[in-house]
Amino acid sequence: MKNLIIQQARVLDPNSRTDQIANVYIQEGKIAAIGDQSTVLENFQDAEKVNAAGLWLMPGAIDLAAWLREPGLDHKASLASETRAAVASGVTTLCYQPEPATTIDNSAAVNLIRKINQGLQLANVEVIGNMTFKLEGKRLCNIGGLRRVGCVGVTNGWQPFESLNVMRRAMEYTSTHDLTVFMYPLEHGLAAGGVMHEGEVSTRLGLPAIPAAAETVAVAQIIALMELTGSRVHFCRLSAAGSVRLIRQAKRDGLAVTADVAAHQLYLTERNVLDFDPLCHVRPPLRAQADRDALLQGLSDGTIDAICSDHQPHELDAKLAPFQQTEPGISSLETLVPLTLRLAEDGVLPLLQALRKITFNPARIIGSNAGCIAIGAPADLVLLKPDVLWDFTLETMLSQGKNTPFAGWSFNGQVRRTFLAGRTVYQAPEAN
Amino acid sequence: MHPHLKPGPLPLSMQLAPGNKLKHFLTVEGLPYQLLHDIMDRAEQFVTLPAKQQKKAPLLRGKTVMNLFFENSTRTRVTFEIAAQRLGADVINLDIRTSSTAKGETLLDTVRNLEAMNADMFVVRHEHAGTAQFIARYSAPHISVLNAGDGRHAHPTQAMLDMFTIRQKKGAFEPLKVAIVGDVLHSRVARSQIHALTTLLTGEVRVIGPKTLIPANIERMGVKIFHDMDEGLRDVDVVIMLRLQRERMAGALLPSEREFAKLYGLNEQRLELTKPDSIVMHPGPINRGVEIDTEVADGVRSVILEQVTNGIAVRMAVMAMIMGGSAA
Repeated sequence: MKNLIIQQARVLDPNSRTDQIANVYIQEGKIAAIGDQSTVLENFQDAEKVNAAGLWLMPGAIDLAAWLREPGLDHKASLASETRAAVASGVTTLCYQPEPATTIDNSAAVNLIRKINQGLQLANVEVIGNMTFKLEGKRLCNIGGLRRVGCVGVTNGWQPFESLNVMRRAMEYTSTHDLTVFMYPLEHGLAAGGVMHEGEVSTRLGLPAIPAAAETVAVAQIIALMELTGSRVHFCRLSAAGSVRLIRQAKRDGLAVTADVAAHQLYLTERNVLDFDPLCHVRPPLRAQADRDALLQGLSDGTIDAICSDHQPHELDAKLAPFQQTEPGISSLETLVPLTLRLAEDGVLPLLQALRKITFNPARIIGSNAGCIAIGAPADLVLLKPDVLWDFTLETMLSQGKNTPFAGWSFNGQVRRTFLAGRTVYQAPEAN
Repeated sequence: MHPHLKPGPLPLSMQLAPGNKLKHFLTVEGLPYQLLHDIMDRAEQFVTLPAKQQKKAPLLRGKTVMNLFFENSTRTRVTFEIAAQRLGADVINLDIRTSSTAKGETLLDTVRNLEAMNADMFVVRHEHAGTAQFIARYSAPHISVLNAGDGRHAHPTQAMLDMFTIRQKKGAFEPLKVAIVGDVLHSRVARSQIHALTTLLTGEVRVIGPKTLIPANIERMGVKIFHDMDEGLRDVDVVIMLRLQRERMAGALLPSEREFAKLYGLNEQRLELTKPDSIVMHPGPINRGVEIDTEVADGVRSVILEQVTNGIAVRMAVMAMIMGGSAA
């Protein structure tokens, strides 16, 4: 592969806090050097040169949760459709989320996903394995084997454990193998059939509701079990103010804990469910304004480490029913980077800190050396044109799932080109 | 993708066609004050007009009304049926639980098929909140949808017949204190009544019940919450009792019917706490000895059977206003 120089971009690297105009030199898929015009490297005389003056260069985003559906739920999405949508929107690594129809019980399942993705080579797909067999919450999976084939963590998803004892043992056994446990905090007994946040809007609509305590009770339980088992836990999809408080305290107490939030939780609240909008049927549910404020505060003070998409593409029929009968989830992959950039634009987070939540921090959580612009790091990079307003529409969306409440939103800053290990995997059609 | 099939909500404002004419009747929430009075005025005409004269002006002749009852309710269905027939419409009753959806057909397909049979109006009852709105969102433009109860969300014709009954007995709403008692959490009737009462500028709307049966943040709907029945009943003009379902004991919401009856049941002694000319209402069917004592249910203050009679007039009024053009 030819060497590559990306010239004169505004290089934004959250890890080193770099924000400067520079040239980035790429050799054999890795970043070889970062320097100014005068930097002369051997072997770069014949290199391909990309003039990136006026553009931003950021690490490709790392999405901690994408429900990629294949194999098993191919009518909703496939790795082909979703990795294409990923790179076009600035995401270069996706973490495959297991679910009951697509469980990752053994190394064969992991290898199958790898094999499908090797045929595509658009984005990295990292696999999160099952904690319990078929996610039934009863028997442990071969977690040691899952680690050997490179799973970046294990999870039981939204499926309940049969008992707290199984949860305890699963956490304990996972920590034996030095793997991170991805926990979805939900006390199923308290959620009982609920489909939205318990509050003013659920009362008005008469929909069965999930109290915020269904999450915070589970967070508290898991923290207690972390103290018992010494395991490393990543909390997935926080939605409630009380959870942010508990995790802030756990971090102060020195526990090995990290947490993420789905980007849509930072923009939508229970009020968006009016009047029965199935596109806002999501799990955990969109909560009250005070919860949203606490999530933003948690991002700002470092309690919440990462922002993910929690991408859940659906076929049309899954959302064409009365609210309660629709399937939860938003097709949110393509809005992850735009919504995160908007946090900086709105002044919620400084630009580098916002980018860190979708690059370096999630990379650290899955033990990846991507997510930064540093010598030796994989050249998974995104060139972005700032100050271009564009409309996100169903027509231009690439994901197979069109279930988004963000259609019609305007965003600032557009992906022009995406590199995966130095190779161009997406290039925007030349506009203007 | 067909644009008509984009998932999304039906905004409440879409109940109204231009000129504030009713297009669908899905919920009382968001309807203008004057429209609620218009419905009651129209119902008044049907009550005073002898049945024979009504047959001379069949406002709905040639129209087809389909009753889609996904949930059992003989009484409500029958009143809708009578209302539609008195207006001259053809009425078709479909007991959907035992037909198409049981065979796995989606709700949307069922609706599409019925639409193709030249329906003009769907009267919909369903166990899930938002179903009437969903059907209105995806039906052909000429179809009107009338909500006959969706989950815990709304039962707008029931609320309007209750308002009509209150207006008959009390006149203006502004000076009234109204108490709604019992299982508010599971009650679509209570929610619609609250919207109607607040829109009609009722002096004070109270809900009374144990914390387990009062839903979160209901004060935001403009009501005062009471957990003590005696305190809540003091000086009210109207008492609306709600039906208590037996399942509530299994859900650990209540210890027993007996305790509920003791703490929140309406008896003659408690009725003394209300205004001397207060009225007692119940959407039915009543559980005698649980939420209401027989002496009260059959007593002089009870207007429960008048509610049933008024139900036909109010349903005729709503159907006529949706499909029969301008006021008679």
